Amino acid sequence: MRIAVLSGKGGTGKTLVSVNLAAAAKISTYIDCDVEEPNGHLFFKPENIQEEEVHVRIPKVDGKLCNGCRKCVDFCKFNALAYIKDKLIIFEDICHSCGGCILLCPEKALTEKEKVIGKIQKGASDQVTVYTGILNTGEPSGIPIIKKLLNENKPERNKTIFIDCPPGSACIVMESIKDADYCILVAEPTLFGVHNLNMVYELVKLFNKPFGVVLNKCLDGENPSEQFCIEKNIKIIGRIPFDSELGMLNSNAEIAVRKSERYRTIFSSLLETVKKEVHHETTSNS
Amino acid sequence: MKQLLILSGKGGTGKTTIASAFIKLSKAKAYADCDVDAPNLHLITKQSSQPKKTDYYGLPKAEIDTDLCIECGQCMQNCRFDAISADEKYKVDPFACEGCGVCELVCPVGAVSLKPAVAGELMLYADKEEVFSTAQLKMGSGTSGMLVTEVKKQMKSAADGVEFAIIDGSPGIGCPVIASLSGVDMVLIVAEPSISGISDMERIINTAAKFGVKTVVCINKFDTNMQNTEKIERFCIDHEINLVGRIAFDSDAVKAINNGQTIVDIDCNSGAAVKAVYNKTMELLLEKGGGLRS
Repeated sequence: MRIAVLSGKGGTGKTLVSVNLAAAAKISTYIDCDVEEPNGHLFFKPENIQEEEVHVRIPKVDGKLCNGCRKCVDFCKFNALAYIKDKLIIFEDICHSCGGCILLCPEKALTEKEKVIGKIQKGASDQVTVYTGILNTGEPSGIPIIKKLLNENKPERNKTIFIDCPPGSACIVMESIKDADYCILVAEPTLFGVHNLNMVYELVKLFNKPFGVVLNKCLDGENPSEQFCIEKNIKIIGRIPFDSELGMLNSNAEIAVRKSERYRTIFSSLLETVKKEVHHETTSNS
Repeated sequence: MKQLLILSGKGGTGKTTIASAFIKLSKAKAYADCDVDAPNLHLITKQSSQPKKTDYYGLPKAEIDTDLCIECGQCMQNCRFDAISADEKYKVDPFACEGCGVCELVCPVGAVSLKPAVAGELMLYADKEEVFSTAQLKMGSGTSGMLVTEVKKQMKSAADGVEFAIIDGSPGIGCPVIASLSGVDMVLIVAEPSISGISDMERIINTAAKFGVKTVVCINKFDTNMQNTEKIERFCIDHEINLVGRIAFDSDAVKAINNGQTIVDIDCNSGAAVKAVYNKTMELLLEKGGGLRS
């Protein structure tokens, strides 16, 4: 079972929800796909960390073989190649690693080399296996890291996998939810929150994923996100109050489920709800 | 044009809340929202006019003409983005396709072609008073860095002669953030006093440093964890980064935002604090080079 947690925007509590659900599930896998700003490992403080670099393939040129035909330069849709002063220049940071230039070069002057763009860490925190993807600063795209994170974890399908998604609704998020069985949308009780919730709501509808909403930082009084859910007939599967105990635990990177009886109860019951929802979806779709 | 970019490494720290307050305080004649994934600034900087909308074309997407296709599988084998599948017929997943053109290149029968694709929408609000440039990326589109560049270009060309602009940035450290960093004079980083927030702040500071942009830091919701606030302050001192102030958590701020107001539109603590942050930031922005009349 793969459960993706998303929110349309950062700061709404994706990491809070996914970390605590994984901790509440006890035997589970947590995958942090927010490779630009991974935070889950700060909470889990995993041990026995194994690290693996993530590479992309980028072209390199043999100047002696290149005859300056510029076929590669004309082909590259990303303008990652230029031929200046009798020399082929490769802009590694904007190369998308499509490999087209190598296929194309009539002189076989281009070959590929591997470039490190980040890494994956695997570790353990109690019974939770924690995967973290970390993009190096200055690198434009974390998608190869996310692909590696999610593809390598396919054999563990029998365990519940919690996927902490990157913010937004761009390609990087779609990559993260592609194989998810259920999506949890986390929403804040503000005007911004509704706007962002609407975006991920559109996204999960587009992908036809079963989903439910967790309302985070609930205060007394008006909750525009709750209102939105009622209007659109969206299932609210949980409510997390705004309170200083949780705020303090969370800002000190403590896992609330492991520190507070009250939050153990809240997240365990949320986990039960999610499991029921997933079960319901699988039986009604089979 | 002097440009101030507001970043945080992560969403939810208060970038847009602070950007909107800065826009009010500076009576900015030009501003932009570069969070093209999840733009929020328009919700709070109420516009009186209708925007001029322009379709934004990202990179083209491949299409396979199944009548011509001989099902040789070359396109699928050579696609590095796993964008081509062959259930019954060969087809392209437009969400995965990056428009590189390799499939078109390798197809022996010319069945693949690249077709222009709308990846988002640019919006420009411009009246006599001010210019506001924003955009919305289409669901699941990948080329957000290019769209960010277009948002900034659109602002600059519409606000010709304007001396100062405020840019609300996007979260993270990847392509859209790198695109938003290019050409700005200073970055204001909004940090949150949590362990996660400190980690995010360090990563965005490193990214800004890579591109050689002057950086200052303010701490939002500083009173939610004093120990971490002190950690941030110590980090800034150790790395010789200017601190431009602290803003306390303020439930009135949430109310203001939900009413579509900025925090300096109402009388509240966070509003008073952001004024001090604004003054300090402007002082540092104008410190060297000058060029802007106050």
